[in-house]
Amino acid sequence: MFEYSPAPEAVRPDIREHYGLFVDGKFVDAEDGSTFKSVNPATEETLFTVAEAGEADVASAVAAARRAFETVWGPMSGAERGKYLFRIARLLQERSREFAVAESIDNGKPIKETRDFDVPTAAQHFFYHAGWADKLDYAGLGPDPRPLGVVGQVIPWNFPLLMLAWKIAPALACGNTTVLKPAETTPLTALMFAELCQEAELPPGVVNILPGAGATGAALVHSPVDKIAFTGSTAVGRSIAKAVAGSKKRLTLELGGKAANIVYDDAPIDQAVEGVVNGIFFNQGHVCCAGSRLLVQESIAEDVLERLKDRVATLRVGDPLDKNTDVGAINSAEQLTRIEALAETGAADGAEAWQPECELPERGFWFRPTVFTGVQQSMRIAREEIFGPVLSVLTFRTPDEAIAKANNTPYGLSAGVWTEQGSKILWTAERLRAGVVWANTFNRFDAASPFGGLKESGYGREGGRQGLEAYLNV
Amino acid sequence: MGSILSGAEAVAFARSLPGVDAVGLEARAAGLGTRSIKKESKAHAIDLAIGMIDLTTLEGADTPGKVRTLCAKAVRPDGDAPPVAAVCVYPAMAATAAEALKGSGVKVASVATGFPAGQVPLDVRLADTEAAVAAGADEVDMVVNRGAFLAGDLERVFDEIRAVKAACGEARLKVILETGELVTYDNVRRASHLAMHAGADFIKTSTGKVGVNATLPVTLLMMQAVRDFRAATGVQVGVKPAGGIRTTKDAIKYLVCVNEVLGEDWLSPHWFRFGASSLLNDLLMQRQKLTTGHYSGPDYVTVD
Repeated sequence: MFEYSPAPEAVRPDIREHYGLFVDGKFVDAEDGSTFKSVNPATEETLFTVAEAGEADVASAVAAARRAFETVWGPMSGAERGKYLFRIARLLQERSREFAVAESIDNGKPIKETRDFDVPTAAQHFFYHAGWADKLDYAGLGPDPRPLGVVGQVIPWNFPLLMLAWKIAPALACGNTTVLKPAETTPLTALMFAELCQEAELPPGVVNILPGAGATGAALVHSPVDKIAFTGSTAVGRSIAKAVAGSKKRLTLELGGKAANIVYDDAPIDQAVEGVVNGIFFNQGHVCCAGSRLLVQESIAEDVLERLKDRVATLRVGDPLDKNTDVGAINSAEQLTRIEALAETGAADGAEAWQPECELPERGFWFRPTVFTGVQQSMRIAREEIFGPVLSVLTFRTPDEAIAKANNTPYGLSAGVWTEQGSKILWTAERLRAGVVWANTFNRFDAASPFGGLKESGYGREGGRQGLEAYLNV
Repeated sequence: MGSILSGAEAVAFARSLPGVDAVGLEARAAGLGTRSIKKESKAHAIDLAIGMIDLTTLEGADTPGKVRTLCAKAVRPDGDAPPVAAVCVYPAMAATAAEALKGSGVKVASVATGFPAGQVPLDVRLADTEAAVAAGADEVDMVVNRGAFLAGDLERVFDEIRAVKAACGEARLKVILETGELVTYDNVRRASHLAMHAGADFIKTSTGKVGVNATLPVTLLMMQAVRDFRAATGVQVGVKPAGGIRTTKDAIKYLVCVNEVLGEDWLSPHWFRFGASSLLNDLLMQRQKLTTGHYSGPDYVTVD
């Protein structure tokens, strides 16, 4: 037997005992002195305390951002803004290992993913948008596009640093200043990013970071900002849309999803199985565009399922800081409860659950990779976003049926198609109502490629030339 | 469970196999290549890899003396390191190797069938095979007829492998696909299944004599083929990547692939081999490093 010895990442970032809010270039405590704790989801140990921003703090951060917009960042030439962004991108690369470990500790995701995906992709977003800063006239959005002003940004806990990059990089490149609220359970890398902004000598007030929970986010939405950009759940997105309705605030939303991964009988089977596994178990399934529904052609379903289970059985679940871990911890007790509750409905509705035999650590929040077979379109596990490592397997007989089932959801963020036939890829992609359709791959991201949803998955695009429009008056 | 197919059936089956997505295959191989194998698991992997080596010399300049040197090293590579799996030579050197390895447990492997190009008449290739076996080869490494394969004559490829298998008698047959000349992954998968149905005991990537030899993705693809073949027929076939694997780090990546794609059943010299020569010294140096805690150098392991 070939067992792998533990291979823990040796680097440990310098995590402070307490972090303040990052307002106007300085770390300050909350006006009312509120704090909260951030917990390591793999051990349930408290990592640090952090100030919780209230309404007064939101007001002073927005005022600082406004000042910075009017006096420094707005008037600055695009070329100069680009230099700052390049500097941030380079610093992020230089400190990538430290950021990767911190992200893994605070979020619970495996170091393999933060090291190879989250941090490099975040740096890529800054490099990419740094290049746009002085070329906005040529973005095809009309002559002389102008920044919006101050933007309020609220991001989720599933990709804390990467979502920060998706939000801050285009906002700054387009000449806006920002007030960003990281998720309550994962503020660490945003605060380290604030330190990095100081190191880059970014003018005070251009980037403000306000840790907090729902109330902080609501205060930010109601504050005098020019735009809100939100990534998170559809329910919260809907309440934000209501809150800004009738105001001059612009809004972009990137919300939930229930993506279908369609596997045709002429698919490259081993690679399709790999893509299905990556589609749902990447980042413990905490991915809005996760391929949480496998739609497999009935004629090959048995073979695909067998291969899928064999492959899932080799996933290594455990210590996120072990370099060989494939699936880490669930981000919070609250999320674990949600996943467990939804998984229970699957069994109650008559679907059959399968889990690999793997030992889970005693402490922390864990959920075994789970495959539900015999799932029907009417079951909750086929309709609701679980946001966890739970795959629902459905079958189809004809391409039309695959399309009908794939589109039969209120969401429309992403989808996958697996076939060796190019014409079938195009035929399918044309009919899928999803913002992103991956063909013979899944969960691939690039700063140059716009990402966003249809239907209840939100509106607006992030990344690429199209993503700039969300931060410009054109 | 299915059965071993006849020529026409095997050819039809090989042609009907679904395609391989190159990007996905290479991404999977790269992913497996990031496993971090340290401490005890590394020590275990090094000894496992040493025991899986087909220590090879295939030069025009090979002499009985050179072969005997290699055989001595094969049996006792260094200190308490395990012996390698086999010594792989040309048929003309098989008798020398058999004599030198007698009673050691290390097998004699001989390339045959007009290695490496195989561009000689079939009766010559079969005679070559018989000569190797007669000289004491326990294992025969044959080359497939790439010309026939690329011309679309899969029946001929199948029939020739079957003929060589018959000529091997008791010797185990390794079928070299020469993946660098088949070029596409689709071809490699077809050739793998064709060879297995024709009676291959092992499928092997390369001769080591062309530009592109063993790569991790191509070997991963062949591992998937042997896995699928066993699932369909119940017959287990070995895999041998050859050429270009020179470092411990590379060898460990292959072992990780075996471990995670094929599992324990294939993690033995009977079912997995490395066709290599310089790899052994790197493994030995890494082994010394684990024992002593510091790196030695090329003068602390033997030249072949």
